[in-house]
Amino acid sequence: MEFYPKVYLYRRIVKAKLFIDDNYANAIELDHIADEAFFSKFHFIRLFKKTYGKTPHQYLTYVRIENSKLFLKKQMPVSEVCYSVGFDSVSSFTGLFKRMVGQTPSAYLQEYIGKQLEIKTIPLKHVPNCFAEMNGWTQKSNFQEV
Amino acid sequence: MITRLNHVSIFVLNQDSAYDFYVNKLGFKVHTDAPMGPGARWLTVNPPEQTDLEIALMAISEGMMFTRESAEAMRKLVAGGTFGFGVFQCNDLLATYEELKAKGVEFTKAPTQEFYGFEALFKDDSGNWFSLGQK
Repeated sequence: MEFYPKVYLYRRIVKAKLFIDDNYANAIELDHIADEAFFSKFHFIRLFKKTYGKTPHQYLTYVRIENSKLFLKKQMPVSEVCYSVGFDSVSSFTGLFKRMVGQTPSAYLQEYIGKQLEIKTIPLKHVPNCFAEMNGWTQKSNFQEV
Repeated sequence: MITRLNHVSIFVLNQDSAYDFYVNKLGFKVHTDAPMGPGARWLTVNPPEQTDLEIALMAISEGMMFTRESAEAMRKLVAGGTFGFGVFQCNDLLATYEELKAKGVEFTKAPTQEFYGFEALFKDDSGNWFSLGQK
């Protein structure tokens, strides 16, 4: 069933979304994406928001923040993360991150490091007992890879 | 009184491949990825807007849960598309369908208006199938 109404519109909106997913680290001009998708800017923003619940700009910010979490988990310095995901000001990145995630990038990284340490030392804390028992994972298991 | 479901398991043929499918194709987030000893791994993911539901991607391997024979039988059943594991939800089914198709997800049913709702069906990389509905 490839012939639902306005399939071409959906494909253009999806293409624009995937463009943002792939190019979030660059300076993206939304006018340019709208042109590429053959939409007027107003029409593009309206359709994008109807489809994804966010304006293209809000979605771009969301993708940048989500990717910044991945970079932080690789223990990249905050300033480097900021520029790697397409922001050009560390203070505005930090403020935006805190507003969207609920904690600063540094606090997010510390929490992640703490969880990773806990996974290494007490892995069973993260596995419900029914699953652990089913797999024979017990407190006395040696979880170190050989 | 039971109030919520917070963990559910899906049996997969290969956890590395399942990771790629659920994270890179479906866009799910890794919740916990913990080595549990030689050849064992506790891997859970969650849909991006449902962070309190952990979907455990469980390897089918011989051990406490499966004998060699039952593991082999289970792998065949999973690969053969025996198991439907649930219904995922999205805001816009047509857009999600186009996006996932573009990422290589195999749909066994394109978006169709049924008497019970608007749905599509897709398979994961192991053969488990899911319904995808629109909120």
